[in-house]
Amino acid sequence: MALEKITQVSGRGVPVPGDDIDTDRIIPARFMKCVTFDGLGEFAFYDVRNDEEGNTRAHPLNEERYAGASILISGNNFGCGSSREHAPQALYRAGFRAIIAEGFAEIFFGNSTQLGIPCVCASSDDINTLRAAVEADPQVEITVDLNEKVVRYGDNSVPCEIRDGARSALVNGKWDPIQDLLDGSGDVAQVASGLAYMSGK
Amino acid sequence: MGKSLFEKVWEAHSVRELPNGQTQLLIGTHLIHEVTSPQAFGMLRERGISVKYPERTFATVDHIVPTNEMNEPYSDPLAQAMIEELRKNCAENDVTFFDTNTGKQGVVHIVGPEQGITQPGTTIACGDSHTSTHGAFGAIAFGIGTSQVRDVLATQTMALNKLKVRRINVDGQLSPGVYAKDVILHIIRTLGVNGGTGYAYEYAGEVFDNFSMEERMTVCNMSIEGGARAGYVNPDETTFEYLQGRPYAPKGADWEAAVERWKGYASDADCTYDDVINIRAEDIAPTVTWGINPGQGVFIDQNIPKIEEGRTESERAGIEEALEYMKFEGGTAIKGVKVNVAFLGSCTNGRLSDLQEVAKYLEGRKVDPSVKAIVVPGSQVVAKIAEELGLNKIFSEAGFEWRGAGCSMCLAMNPDKLVGDQLCASSSNRNFKGRQGSVTGRTILMSPLMVAAAAVTGEISDAREVFGILEPASV
Repeated sequence: MALEKITQVSGRGVPVPGDDIDTDRIIPARFMKCVTFDGLGEFAFYDVRNDEEGNTRAHPLNEERYAGASILISGNNFGCGSSREHAPQALYRAGFRAIIAEGFAEIFFGNSTQLGIPCVCASSDDINTLRAAVEADPQVEITVDLNEKVVRYGDNSVPCEIRDGARSALVNGKWDPIQDLLDGSGDVAQVASGLAYMSGK
Repeated sequence: MGKSLFEKVWEAHSVRELPNGQTQLLIGTHLIHEVTSPQAFGMLRERGISVKYPERTFATVDHIVPTNEMNEPYSDPLAQAMIEELRKNCAENDVTFFDTNTGKQGVVHIVGPEQGITQPGTTIACGDSHTSTHGAFGAIAFGIGTSQVRDVLATQTMALNKLKVRRINVDGQLSPGVYAKDVILHIIRTLGVNGGTGYAYEYAGEVFDNFSMEERMTVCNMSIEGGARAGYVNPDETTFEYLQGRPYAPKGADWEAAVERWKGYASDADCTYDDVINIRAEDIAPTVTWGINPGQGVFIDQNIPKIEEGRTESERAGIEEALEYMKFEGGTAIKGVKVNVAFLGSCTNGRLSDLQEVAKYLEGRKVDPSVKAIVVPGSQVVAKIAEELGLNKIFSEAGFEWRGAGCSMCLAMNPDKLVGDQLCASSSNRNFKGRQGSVTGRTILMSPLMVAAAAVTGEISDAREVFGILEPASV
């Protein structure tokens, strides 16, 4: 099955301010007691959105004006911590299709790319300006353009970065590598035969 | 020009360059557990693919097992469903499963090494970020997501970008009462929680040469908390001695050949690194975290930072957020903060030597009545040996609850959870908001002996004072 070529993602944005937003915050561990990813969307950022008693907290993710946002805007080292794919799976199921942040944790970045969720980096200043624009007008349309490596919104355009391998995988519809990996299976046997431990030695 | 261990292992396992520019890397050893594998098996079923190398795939159950309830069905039906799903997937695919009735079950990163599955010069993947633990043996070990678990099950390979290598030398002698946990907390505090992004960390220097395998595992385990997806120590005699005779280690003539092969994987003396960091062992003191990520740490005699001590606006915002969550005031001492729970265990510090070191000092002492203290052996093997040595009695008599093997309160996917804003002195690896199961629960990371000191005194304490461990007079 051919994958979609993801060259750009457009939609409205919502800020999740702060650095080091970890995967426990994106999807608390108690919601991972499941054998499928279905239904994770409603628990994305659950404890960021709700307090201990289940009351909603004051947070952009709870504000009606951001409802329907599909582009998440955050700080540095987004997605640090656990390798749980449940985090990008929950974000995808909550409607997010791209993330703009100052930086991403390694495993989260890879997991997201493999699900076809572009994670692009922008400078702190550019993110602050973008966030201010979204806060002033949540209806502003944001486009993450992977061909041009820019984020456009309103009349503005700021540069963004994404690792070449991930960018090319997304724009060429190769973001899920399973078919390519399967295609290389003959070579795998050959490499394995040169490694004694593969046969228990 | 010489090569680093990372480069040698990478080259030996490279299958080909993929059309997207990544490397298709052979993963020789795949470890799986109940939380991140069921969806991957589901994806295989959808595509009608079977496990390619079932003999190189090993499973155990750790995150969801209750450690105070040994009989099934578990009171939590979701936990029961997860263990049954793993059982079914392993049986259908001929995967070895260290189930709860084998005497070998435990936290995946403790089971792999103690069974001798984790070996030098190999590549290892597991759907858990603390897979970096296995780097202690000179393996390159990656924490992966569930789609990659699928990739490895289906092809025994995955798509990866090559990492850079940063060598971290820790030379000199650690002072008494300073442990491997303090070394890694200090490294993370120094380089930052994202300082390792894009790197594998090669840990070296006198301190690592002298460390046991279990100490090396503690450090490698938390590489990911510093942003490094992999961390490793070059294999040496300590490594070989640990592995010899373990169930999955090579035997007889294969053993001699394996040791020669393993020696060849160690980084060459003349290899170059993308970065080198030097740390003096004497500069490291018992370290505890005060905030909401593992990089927010201080030495035990230091104060919790004030907001204005942050060097950048973002750091100041981070301190403010952490102080608010932890209910701490900047500029006050961390020592003396009241503790409600003491947790000793996890893939970071749930090994036999961790329990032995604590038991040595805990004998004859009592847990403060205000503290709930639990000790959770990392595996059934650890539990059995500890019980044979009578460590369980020492812990029980001191007032610790002695539990079965599992992840327990490290991440609260089982009945062990903080309640309300309880503060936990914890030998685990993450102090994120809500990590230990309560939305307002608070975690302070530290070495096992510091956990014991907090349990005994009821407050964050300097284990060296509590247990009479003296600084050497000559320093």
